[in-house]
Amino acid sequence: MAHDIQTQAGEKPVFYLTEDHHPESSTNLGFWLYLMSDCLIFAVLFATHGVLGRNYAAGPSPADLFDLPLVAINTAMLLFSSITYGFAMLQMERNAKAETLFWLAITGLFGLAFLGLELYEFAHLINEGAGPTRSAFLSSFFTLVGTHGLHVTFGIIWLVTLMVQVSKRGLIPENRRRLMCLSMFWHFLDVIWIGVFSFVYLMGVLG
Amino acid sequence: MSSHPHAPAHEDAADAHHGHGHEAGHGSLKGYMIGFGLSVILTAIPFILVMAGTFDSKLLTAFLVMALAVVQIIVHMVYFLHMSPRSEGGWTMMALIFTLVIVGITLAGSLWVMHHLNANMMPMSPEMMKNMP
Repeated sequence: MAHDIQTQAGEKPVFYLTEDHHPESSTNLGFWLYLMSDCLIFAVLFATHGVLGRNYAAGPSPADLFDLPLVAINTAMLLFSSITYGFAMLQMERNAKAETLFWLAITGLFGLAFLGLELYEFAHLINEGAGPTRSAFLSSFFTLVGTHGLHVTFGIIWLVTLMVQVSKRGLIPENRRRLMCLSMFWHFLDVIWIGVFSFVYLMGVLG
Repeated sequence: MSSHPHAPAHEDAADAHHGHGHEAGHGSLKGYMIGFGLSVILTAIPFILVMAGTFDSKLLTAFLVMALAVVQIIVHMVYFLHMSPRSEGGWTMMALIFTLVIVGITLAGSLWVMHHLNANMMPMSPEMMKNMP
C-alpha cells in the first residue's frame, strides 16, 4: 500500500485503495473486529485475575492446586487442534471436500479433548473444596478459564454445524467464508489460551 | 489509451483472485508447520522453566514466561491468523493496534490502581481473613 502511494506521489497523492474490493473482505474485517472486541472481554478478565489472583482468603494457592502436566497436555490439545484446522483450510483451498471434513472432525475431537480435560480439572478442584466461591483468586480463575472454555464449546458447536453444512452443500463460497471465520475464531482462542497458561497457570505456580 | 493493454491482464488476475476467494490466502503447509514447530518450542520452554525450576530467580523465570508468551502470540498471529500490515488494506492491523492500546491501558491501569488500593489497606493476618464474612 505504501508502495502504491509512493509511486503515484509524483503526479497526485492517492490515499484510497486502487485494488478491487472483495465482497468477502468486509466479512473478514468485520469478524476481525468482533474478535478484537472479544479480546477486550478477555483483557478485562485477565486484569481481574491480575488484581485478585493473590487473594487466597487463607485458602489454597495455585501451587497447591494446579497440575502443570495436565495443563501442558491441555495446551497440546489446543495447539494440535489449531494445526489440524490449518490443514482443513489447506484442503478447502484444494477443493477437497472429504479431506476438509476429515480434518475438521479431527479438530473437533482435539477441541473436545481439551474441554474434557478442563471439565475434569474443574470437577477435581470443586471436589477438593476449591470451587469458585472459595476465594477471590478462585472466583477470577473460574471466570477467566470458564469463559475461554465456553468460547471453545461454542466453537465446537459452530464446527459441527459447518461440518453438516459442508457435507450437505459442499464447499460453496458461503461455506468457505464461514470456514474462514471459524478459522480466525479458533486460532484466536488458541492465542487467548497462550495468555491463560502463561499468566494464570505458570505465573500462578511460580507465586 | 496507453494504459489499455494492461487492463485485460489486470482483470484476469482479479478474476483468478475471485475464484480463489480471498486475497490474503490461508498460508501454506510450510507456513503452518513453521508456526506449529515454533509454537511447540515456545510452549515447551516456559513449562520446563517452571516445572523443573531451572532458574532460582522467580523474577527472571516470570519475565521469561511472559516474554515467550508474547513471542508465541506474535507467531500465532503471523502463521495461523495470517496477520500482515497489508491484509484488508491495513485495517485489521489498525484494529489490532487500537485493541492492544486499550488492552494495555486496561491491564496496566487496573493493576496499578488496585495495587495502590491494596497498599493502603490495613494488613490482615490469615486468621483475620478466615473470620471474614
